[in-house]
Amino acid sequence: MIAVLALIVGVVLGVVLEPTVPVALQPYLPIAVVAALDAVFGGIRAKLDGIFDDKQFVVSFVSNVLVAGLIVYLGDQLGVGGQLSTGVVVVLGVRIFGNVAAIRRHLFRA
Amino acid sequence: MSTGDDDRRPVAEQPGVEQPGVEQPTADEPGGEYEADAARADRAPRRISAANAVIAVLLGLLGFAVVVQLRSNATDPGLSAARPEDLVRILSDLDSRSDRLRQEIASLEASQRQLASGAQGRGAAVEEARRRADELGILAGTLPAQGRGLQLKFVAGGEAIAAGTLLDAVEELRGAGAEAMQIEGSGGRPVRIVASTYFTDAKGGGLIVDGTRLTGPYTVVVIGDPQTMHTALNIPGGVVDSVHQRGGNVIVQESDAVRVTALHEVSAPRFARPVS
Repeated sequence: MIAVLALIVGVVLGVVLEPTVPVALQPYLPIAVVAALDAVFGGIRAKLDGIFDDKQFVVSFVSNVLVAGLIVYLGDQLGVGGQLSTGVVVVLGVRIFGNVAAIRRHLFRA
Repeated sequence: MSTGDDDRRPVAEQPGVEQPGVEQPTADEPGGEYEADAARADRAPRRISAANAVIAVLLGLLGFAVVVQLRSNATDPGLSAARPEDLVRILSDLDSRSDRLRQEIASLEASQRQLASGAQGRGAAVEEARRRADELGILAGTLPAQGRGLQLKFVAGGEAIAAGTLLDAVEELRGAGAEAMQIEGSGGRPVRIVASTYFTDAKGGGLIVDGTRLTGPYTVVVIGDPQTMHTALNIPGGVVDSVHQRGGNVIVQESDAVRVTALHEVSAPRFARPVS
């Protein structure tokens, strides 16, 4: 419940403050968002499975974001930033789909 | 968010599904896991609230980042998805457009310069015209004037001051470079002396100057070079001399600041038109 509220507060803050993304962060923000979404869906699935753990969720959230950003950074340094970002997004997307499928099975038994 | 639920299901019951974000507790230390659960149960309220706070912060950040990213993407739609050829075309379009705008700026600046210099010229012309109008106003008697000059007082002796005497005095002063004059009787308002001013002797004493009746003694205020005018008045056979001969007196007073305040009413010419 608190998590949902916090999410809403964050969205409202973003809408109200209308910040602009710093140029240095521009390549990383979308990947970080996707990685964080992956962690969130993983957390929801774990919650439904009854094995949710606060510490694990926090660690996975942070590490997901950091690793995703690191991979993009490495890709930029190696000159394959675009392709590597695509790869990260694909992998995270597959994981999100898997988690969503598990959540769906939980909720609808289908 | 409670942890350590009873109906925890092993991952093995969900074959083929990854469990990212939340790794399954390692199977080789089940005792440790349960101990941890028990410890958590002891201090549940504080621990849960702290963890919830961290999670809330993270999710708030996520929501914030999502919105920020969506907005920053919405600001420049299309360009990032455009093909290189399109981008090149857009770039050259922008280049030519900026060239055009630069030319427009240059021409506008040129016309601005023209207009500014025109305004300057017009300002100078207005200033010149105003100066000229002031000069002409002083000459025509329509503007009050002040400056160095003389104050003459004509005091009658046995004979009254004749109109001719004052006219002589005015002519003499004009000849000596007088620029503005007025004459005042004893009481009565002063009269500006201009080119068309006339002096006549009034019946029963006094003078009529430009239709205004004045009685002596007369005070003439004149603006001009004091020394020159003084000398001109004092020449033998001149104004002062002839007044003295008739028993009167002229008191001449030089001053650095005399004021000619009387104004002459100018009527618009009916027939004369400027030739231009």
